[in-house]
Amino acid sequence: MALLEVDDLHVSFDTPDGVVRAVRGVSFTVEPGQTLGIVGESGSGKSVATQSLTGLAAGAKVTGAAMFDGLDLLHASSREMRHIRGRRIGMIFQDPLSSLHPAYSVGWQIVEMIRAHEAVPRRRARERAIELLDLVRIPNARARVDDYPHQFSGGMRQRVMIAMAMALSPSLLIADEPTTALDVTVQAQVLKVMQDVQAEFGTAIILITHDLGVIAEIADEVVVMYAGQVMERARRREAFYQYHHPYTEGLLASLPARGGTRERLTPIPGSPPSLLGKLDPCPFVPRCPYVFDKCRREEPPLAPVYPGEHHLSACWLDPDRARSRESAHTDPAPDIAPVRP
Amino acid sequence: MTDQAASAATGAIESRSETLLHIEDIRKYFKVRSHAGTSRAEVKAVDGVTLDVRRGETLGLVGETGCGKSTLARCMARLYDLTSGKVVFEDHDISRTSRRGLRPVRRQMQMIFQDPYGSLNPRRRVGSIIGDPFAIHQIGDRKDRKGKVQELMQLVGLNPEHYNRFPNEFSGGQRQRIGVARALALQPRLIVCDEPVSALDVSIQAQVLNLLTDLQQEFGLTYVFITHDLSVVRHVSDRIAVMYLGKVVEVARTDDIFSTTRHPYTKALLSALPVPDPDAADSRERIVLTGDMPSPINPPPACRFHTRCPKAQEICSREEPPLVPVLGDDGSHLTACHFPLEVGETLRPGTVAQREGG
Repeated sequence: MALLEVDDLHVSFDTPDGVVRAVRGVSFTVEPGQTLGIVGESGSGKSVATQSLTGLAAGAKVTGAAMFDGLDLLHASSREMRHIRGRRIGMIFQDPLSSLHPAYSVGWQIVEMIRAHEAVPRRRARERAIELLDLVRIPNARARVDDYPHQFSGGMRQRVMIAMAMALSPSLLIADEPTTALDVTVQAQVLKVMQDVQAEFGTAIILITHDLGVIAEIADEVVVMYAGQVMERARRREAFYQYHHPYTEGLLASLPARGGTRERLTPIPGSPPSLLGKLDPCPFVPRCPYVFDKCRREEPPLAPVYPGEHHLSACWLDPDRARSRESAHTDPAPDIAPVRP
Repeated sequence: MTDQAASAATGAIESRSETLLHIEDIRKYFKVRSHAGTSRAEVKAVDGVTLDVRRGETLGLVGETGCGKSTLARCMARLYDLTSGKVVFEDHDISRTSRRGLRPVRRQMQMIFQDPYGSLNPRRRVGSIIGDPFAIHQIGDRKDRKGKVQELMQLVGLNPEHYNRFPNEFSGGQRQRIGVARALALQPRLIVCDEPVSALDVSIQAQVLNLLTDLQQEFGLTYVFITHDLSVVRHVSDRIAVMYLGKVVEVARTDDIFSTTRHPYTKALLSALPVPDPDAADSRERIVLTGDMPSPINPPPACRFHTRCPKAQEICSREEPPLVPVLGDDGSHLTACHFPLEVGETLRPGTVAQREGG
């Protein structure tokens, strides 16, 4: 059974310019012990969607359902949510410095976190804090437990955040762009720690990122978001080698890494739509190279590419688009169909 | 760009020396106060860098936060005064030139910055921002300038009718185009791009990278391209210089950096890059360096990487390795390491670093 089942989630904000519909009917599931990668560009709604699950999207109007272990997160009381946040669902964010209190030692903060949820003596909680810091490979954890956040480097702070998020062994860890602010060698350390923690506690992870490289590295399953909607859901290899949706294709084609040589890149023309107004039935219509009449008339449902399949795509195009890539993927350079102007 | 294209683009100026910008043993130290405010320390942001930038090429500068790549770029463009060393642009030594004396040089050398939000004044209209270089250098009258600005806007893919708009009416990618247009205004020879696409989403990033490539071919521009993103630098660069703690540890043609990696730090950096390809991600060997970059206030002696290097031996902490061709490389591939890597050699786990399976 799925650990988290999100169904038809809508999030909107009232702004002076009108209602911004940031998330428009998003559904996904997270299995225990698995890593779900949510990928999308700025404004795709990937962060808002997960923040609204934990009640952190202040001022938002949220509808839909999100069943977490038998409890609907969207209709839970604030008392129930306080019990769940931190204890059952851990969270880490992009900027570890603004998530840590600068005036308290990291040990103190982890101890508080533990004691807010469990009646354990301070001394025991402190021992646990040291174990956790050790687990996330803070060297010499016993000596450093009393240090303050500014005494740690960026990568270490993020590892402290992971230690704190894992303090009560939650069954779900939501990581929102956890390595975006970090250098690649530090990013490698942090991703490794996340994988280790997952192996140790069997934690499920929702990893939100704009970096397809990170997704390829550690996600089991990938959700691609655009303009507040899910465009495609696939297992990791399917997402990279047998993608169906033109937006997924466009994202991959934009990456400089794939060819390695100095050929021209294939960007997605135009820019993402404003979420204020009414969108086309498929929000990708204005930028899609394969657009045809039906796309402007009827909203494509997020449906299996082939009946009964796990792989979902919200696109009217022929399912064989995806299947035909299978053979191409044996090539050293995966084929990327040229985007027609 | 291929070599042929590069030489075609620079054909008109072939007669002059091949090197457009030469820097020699550049040092830039910043004074900082210690916590107590008594003793004075120095951040050695750039500590002895020698490099050539050739006409029509793109030289990539890569390294992690705090390695001094941005400081080096600003030294090249003489936005900073040097602590010591020499900057020679178009065969003129500009290391000690005054601000006034630098004016004609500025026309030849422009910069594009990372943050398209921060580098544009929000209260000024885009037309006048792009026209600034003309105003500063007193070129043309008001009417001329408007025409030129609109030409530039067209050139970088902006709608010239948006001349009177404010920066906040443009998206991130468009704002970066505004920065590019401003840099191009005076038809410079060299453009120093400091993380020009790092703040942009990938689909938009590709648009801007293509634009930069097109402009290079059209105008025979030379780029110094600074980024922490190795996949971007690999895409745009003819040559790459890798920096660590204020020094260049390896410089070579782009292909050589990737295929014949010599310096252990370069190797670790390349192996840490997440590849958007599950097969490659699963099969490669990822070297996870332990520890963090040491402070540039008090960098390790001799080879600065020795505290984290799996191959480090006693000599590495005693004697600084020179930046020279190693293991039979030709003069285009320089490495500063006592124990450079052979092709195919894996970085063995040492006492201070460990290897992780991918």
